[in-house]
Amino acid sequence: MLNKRIKIQLATILVAGLAAFAGVTASAQSKDELYVAGVSATCATCHGTQGRATNGSAVVTLAGMPAANIILQMKAFKDGTRPATVMHQLSKGYSDAQVAMIANYFAAQKK
Amino acid sequence: MTTTNNLQRRQILQSAAALSLLGLAGCATTSMPSKAKVVIVGGGFGGATAAKYIRLLSQYKIDVVLIEPNASFISCPVSNMVLGGHKSMADITSSYEHLSKKHGVTMVKDMVSKIDAAKKTVTLASGGSIAYDKLVVSPGIDLMMGSIEGLAAANASGQIVQAWKAGAETATLRKQLEAMPDGGTYAITIPVAPYRCPPGPYERASQIASYFKVAKPKSKILILDGNPDVTSKGPLFKKVWANQYKGMIEYRGDHKVTAVDAKTGTIKFEIQEDAKATVINALPNMRAGLIAVNSGLNNMANGRWCGVNYLTFESTAAKDVHVLGDSIQIAPGMPKSGHMANAQAKVAAAAIVAQLNGWEVNPNPMLTNTCYSMVDAKNCIHVASVHEYVAAEKTFKTVAGSGGVSSIDLKPEVTMLEGAYAESWAQNIWADTLA
Repeated sequence: MLNKRIKIQLATILVAGLAAFAGVTASAQSKDELYVAGVSATCATCHGTQGRATNGSAVVTLAGMPAANIILQMKAFKDGTRPATVMHQLSKGYSDAQVAMIANYFAAQKK
Repeated sequence: MTTTNNLQRRQILQSAAALSLLGLAGCATTSMPSKAKVVIVGGGFGGATAAKYIRLLSQYKIDVVLIEPNASFISCPVSNMVLGGHKSMADITSSYEHLSKKHGVTMVKDMVSKIDAAKKTVTLASGGSIAYDKLVVSPGIDLMMGSIEGLAAANASGQIVQAWKAGAETATLRKQLEAMPDGGTYAITIPVAPYRCPPGPYERASQIASYFKVAKPKSKILILDGNPDVTSKGPLFKKVWANQYKGMIEYRGDHKVTAVDAKTGTIKFEIQEDAKATVINALPNMRAGLIAVNSGLNNMANGRWCGVNYLTFESTAAKDVHVLGDSIQIAPGMPKSGHMANAQAKVAAAAIVAQLNGWEVNPNPMLTNTCYSMVDAKNCIHVASVHEYVAAEKTFKTVAGSGGVSSIDLKPEVTMLEGAYAESWAQNIWADTLA
C-alpha cells in the first residue's frame, strides 16, 4: 500500500516538476505526505535530514532502513529489551501508529 | 529510490533556474529581492531550520529569504566546551552557504529594523524593504542588562561578559579564565527561569571546573542561582560536582542579583551578603529578541515573551507572522533550547507550506527535545522529552510516560557513550539546520 502511495507521490512530483518547469507553481505534495514528512522530521535533529546522518555519526542513519526493522527496534526500546541512553525515553513518546508512519517514511528515503 | 533523488536534484536545478530568472539566486546581499513568499528574520536554530524545511517541504517551490547579520553560524550548544578548553571557536562555527547553494534560500546579510505587519513588509537596517506573504521571526533572546545595576557599563568596558549568545564574548570569557590567577574565583549568576538553555549555566560551571582542575587547581567556582534550586538535571549535576569536582564548586540557591561592580569584583543580592569573584559571568533576565519586542509581538509575561498559536507558531499579536525559538512564551515542559527551536521550526515550516497551499495544517504535530550537558571533555548527561499537541487545551504537553534524564548511577561507560552521542547530536543538528 505504501509503495503504491509512493508511486503516486512520485508521479505527482514528476507532473508537478514538469509544471514547475513550465512556470506553474502547483504543489508537488499532498496534505498527507506533508504531515508524514513533518512528523518524521522530529527524528532528523539527531538522525539527519530525511534520516541521513552525518559521516561517522554514532547516531544511525534511518534512511533506507527496512520499515519492519525500525518498528521492531522502537518496540524493543519501548519495552526495554534493547538497552539505550535516550531512545527508551523518546520512543515512548510515539504511538504505534506514529512509529509505523515514521518507519515507512524513512524506509522510502534514499540512503 | 535513485529516481526520487534525480527528481529532487532536477527540481533543485529548476528551482535555481526559476530563482535566477527572478533575480533571487546568488550569494548573500548581492541581490535583494523586493518580495518573497516567506521572509525569515534570524538565522539561528529556529530561523535557519525554518528556511531549509520550508524549501524541502514545498519541494523547493516556495521562495525563502533569510535575513541574518552574522557572516557565519556560531552554535550556543557546545560553546561551553570552548570555555572548558576542549573545543575551539572553529569547532562551533558553521557556514550558511549550503542554505543558499544547496537549498536555494536567498541569504541577506543584514538586520531587520522594522516589521510592518499591516503592510506585510520588513525594513532593513541598511535601507530598503522586502514584502512577504508569511514572516518568520526567530531572533533569539534580548539580555535585559538593566535588570542588574552596573552590568551594562561593565559589559561595555569588556570587564563582565555574558557569552550567552555564542560568539566574540565566548572567546573573551575563555581569555578571562586563562588570565585568572590560580586561587581565583569564577562566579556565574543565573536569572530566575525561564531563560535560554536551562541546564546551560550548570554545564558551564562543570566545564570550567574541568579546566581549573587541571590548570588552576586552587581556584573556585561560585554558582549564584536566582532560582531556589538547580533548574535542570539537578541531582545529576550535584552528583557530578561531588564526585569529580569536590570542594571546587559552591552552589547557592535563591540568590537574586541586584548589582555588580567589576572594579571590586563584587556581586550584590536582594537579601544575602555580597559575594566576591575574580571573573564575574553575570546572566541578567532575558526576554524575546529586540525586533520581536520592538514589533509588539511580546504580548505575554509582562512583555517578556511572544504568544503563539502552538499549532502553527503564528503570533497571537500579528497575522501571518510566526515566532520561533527562545522568543516565545513556552508551553508546559518546553525548554528554551536549540533543539526545541529546530523542532518548532519544522512544525511551523509544515504549517506555512500547508497554509500557502490552502490546506488544513496538521492537527497533530509533534516536538522532541534532547539536551546534552558535557561535564568534562568526554562525559555527558542528558534530559529528553517528547511533546504532543493537545487540541482540547491548544498547547503542547509532554507525552505521558515518555522522556527522562540520564541514570543517576553515572556509570563511566554510560556517560562516555552519552558523550559520543552528544558529539554526533551536535554534528547532526548543525547539518539538519544548515546543510
